[in-house]
Amino acid sequence: MRKLPLAFLPWRSLLLALVTLFGVAVISFVLLRVVPGDPIAMMIAPGASQADIAQLRASYGLDRSIPVQFVIWLGHALTGDFGTSISMRQDVTHLIAERLPATIELTLLALLIALVLGIGTAVLSTLSRRRLVGGTIDNANGILLAVPDFVWALAFVVLFGVALPILPISGRVDPRLSIDFATPFTLFESLLRLRLDITFDVLSHMIMPALALALPLAAVILRVLKGALEVEARQDYALLARIRGKSRLRVTLEETLRNALIPTLALTGVQFTFLFGGTVIVERIFAYPGIGNLAIDAVINRDLPLIQGLILTFGLIFILINLAVEASFGLLNPRLRHG
Amino acid sequence: MVERALPEAAVMATPLAEPAIARRRFAGLLAVFREPRVVFAGGFLLVLLLAAIFAPLVAPHDPLEQDLMLNTLPPAWSADAEPGYVLGTDSLGRDVLSRLIYGTRVAFTVAIVAALAAGLIGTLLGLLSGYFGGWVDAVVSRLIDIWMAFPPVLLSILLVAVIGTGVTSVILAIVVIDWTRFCRVVRSETLQQAKMEYVDAAVTLGTGRGKILLKEVLPNVLPVVVVLLSLEMGIAVIVEAVLSFVGLSVSSDTPTWGGMIAEGRQIIYQAWWVLVFPLVLLTATVLAFNQLGDGVRRLTDPVLRR
Amino acid sequence: MMVPAPLLAIDGLSARLRAPPHRPLLRSVCLDVREGEVHGLVGESGAGKSTIGKAVLGILPRAIEPCGGTIRLSGTDLLGLSPARLDAVLGTEIALIPQDPMTALNPSRRIFDQLTDGLRLKRRLRGQALRDKAVALLQDVQIPDPEAVLRRYPHEISGGMRQRILIAAAFSLDPKLIIADEPTTALDVTVQKEVLRLIRKMQRSHGTGVVFVTHDLGVVAQVCDRLTVLYGGMVVEQGETAAILAAPSHPYTRALLDATPRHDRTGSGMRPIPPQVAAALQAELARYGMGPGAHV
Repeated sequence: MRKLPLAFLPWRSLLLALVTLFGVAVISFVLLRVVPGDPIAMMIAPGASQADIAQLRASYGLDRSIPVQFVIWLGHALTGDFGTSISMRQDVTHLIAERLPATIELTLLALLIALVLGIGTAVLSTLSRRRLVGGTIDNANGILLAVPDFVWALAFVVLFGVALPILPISGRVDPRLSIDFATPFTLFESLLRLRLDITFDVLSHMIMPALALALPLAAVILRVLKGALEVEARQDYALLARIRGKSRLRVTLEETLRNALIPTLALTGVQFTFLFGGTVIVERIFAYPGIGNLAIDAVINRDLPLIQGLILTFGLIFILINLAVEASFGLLNPRLRHG
Repeated sequence: MVERALPEAAVMATPLAEPAIARRRFAGLLAVFREPRVVFAGGFLLVLLLAAIFAPLVAPHDPLEQDLMLNTLPPAWSADAEPGYVLGTDSLGRDVLSRLIYGTRVAFTVAIVAALAAGLIGTLLGLLSGYFGGWVDAVVSRLIDIWMAFPPVLLSILLVAVIGTGVTSVILAIVVIDWTRFCRVVRSETLQQAKMEYVDAAVTLGTGRGKILLKEVLPNVLPVVVVLLSLEMGIAVIVEAVLSFVGLSVSSDTPTWGGMIAEGRQIIYQAWWVLVFPLVLLTATVLAFNQLGDGVRRLTDPVLRR
Repeated sequence: MMVPAPLLAIDGLSARLRAPPHRPLLRSVCLDVREGEVHGLVGESGAGKSTIGKAVLGILPRAIEPCGGTIRLSGTDLLGLSPARLDAVLGTEIALIPQDPMTALNPSRRIFDQLTDGLRLKRRLRGQALRDKAVALLQDVQIPDPEAVLRRYPHEISGGMRQRILIAAAFSLDPKLIIADEPTTALDVTVQKEVLRLIRKMQRSHGTGVVFVTHDLGVVAQVCDRLTVLYGGMVVEQGETAAILAAPSHPYTRALLDATPRHDRTGSGMRPIPPQVAAALQAELARYGMGPGAHV
């Protein structure tokens, strides 16, 4: 009889996560307000009077002291109101909610690609008996690890957008397609509704940025998993399984893989948060309408409310990723199950 | 316990063995030439460095000189090329090759200064916390844990937005974010070294603790630091490129590879060369720093020596 | 009187290190195991007993290469088999009882899954039939409350119980031959006797031949019908256990025997190998280019 899934949840870490989130909110709030550069100054029309400026400042609460500002902000935040974007004149929550699904779909696709590539190559390389295969993979991997996601992104733009113009290099969907879905999760919904023409179109926009994000992660997964699989293959239980007549493929898939995935997952979790951070640049390169792209605009425009909202969004996402990774440890390693 | 290993910890720790117990110092500088990686990567980087230093002599044109009559010229081997503009021109008629050469200045300035600064701070803190332990170690370790929770690119953009644009800000951002890379590794190295017998021997001889740190531990930790420096320079180049791509680095007059890439992205269909050449040079430089670090590591890790 | 063909016939088996200078590890080892017999393989560490076991099972590490001789199981030469044929033979006809019960079990898989691997793979058992068989196996090795144990993970049960499970797994497909590689070395002394008795019982009821690898002559006395003494990769003595232990003919065997503490002889205990014996041994080995410090 299996233990309840609740045993997988790391309750203590959850509490720690909430505290961290609060800490992030405070620190970012303070940092952004002791900053040189005045967002109000960017918004005013030439010839505005001092009174107008003061009024504008007051309307954004920027005339109060920092602790007071924070309390006001916190009060609103807890009800889901993160204020209005200074540069875009829209509700911050609305802006983020509009674009977050696109980024989520992109990063999940990238994660999937990275896992398939990384785990697949690692398993294949341990199955091959020839030493040349393993050595070549190691060398190629070493080089792969050094190439950052934005270099891949730009390379893809050149190769598959211009040299061989087979893929679109900006946006998320073809503007000529009429899409009236219920949610902003365009890819997901198109699959559910079996609108495969839309699925195809969205994928053609997403595949390059997703691949650019996936390759560095795949390289890390390959490196760690390959090493771990080699270590596990030398363990007694693996040898015993071979002696029982299991083929090398079976031994890898049924015995060593689950043990080798434990250290791999730890690193993948950290790297995945980096992948999420990478969306900032990759989305920009592909003009993909996600929160990464939004973040750059916000920073360039010194849009404080928007920046604050985005920091919290990213912070929350990172925390959730870390929690998920910790929970998965319980799944893989029976010795770590809580309760 | 969730183990938060840095990517380069994975790179350095698997599948190759941990650094061996005893470390011999370089058998003279000539030993460097035994490793092909060091020779080729180092040579390439040296050429770039020289190009950066002697840019006014090497570059065929003034990188800031605009000539709208000659804009978006293709590279020399194409049909519509103009002589004298080997790699073509951008949308304002500026010579791509010259801008590339001058862009090397920003890249290398940032790379060297940022890497050295981050290395200095990180190594110092790593040495102190690894050797003296106690509350120093506890504080530093906690700091590292918190620091490592944030993705570097995101943080650097945020920091530069806060601090303001310019080369100094970029360098500062890199240092603030990446000192932990050095600190972590140096700390663990120091911990290992501190347990060695020669340290005990020095203590019994009455040498002061600070002196031991400087004369015994540091030289053995140095090879690792050199490897990390090379790695860090590669990272610094990338971060600078990203920041200038986004427009948060130096002022838009100064040519940077990232800036050229940004412009090239806009006119990618009309003038692919404006993006491709800086991209290729950037990638080659980063790979070179990486291979250089890898080569140095192979030279100094006794376990790997054939 | 015709002696029936042996179950396992190792004839002139030699092995050496693959890398120069090709230090020899086994030299022309001959030994045979009859059906239903427990054959002890005795020697100190490094004598080559594990190498023989690994050669039979086909898991010699890459660093070691066989360089002569045959290993015949019911007539089939195991050394000449293709990997696919070998996979078919292993588990069904030969099985292993390993030395360390902790590392021999996968920490991430339940006992039930690991125990029934062979049954699922080779006998294609499923569902209720599989579960019943698993329970029966555990009952055979005298494990109480088998259903509960089957659900557990290796780290949740004791070392003695783990070894019993490994024994059950080895016998599960009714193999003709079992290699027992020092199965009691990693266990508490109190548990050792139980496990030895269990192995004897299972072996008798299944009629399995066993190669019992050990360095402990006391264990040999309890379980083995015949034995082979190994030194420096060579067979130095071979024959019926009782006969050898009562009157060993080779000086090394005598020294081993003397080194084994016995309750029925006063004044016994460890004594160093007398210099004449050591010298004689070295000379004999040197003739074959074996033993410590030998160069080929």
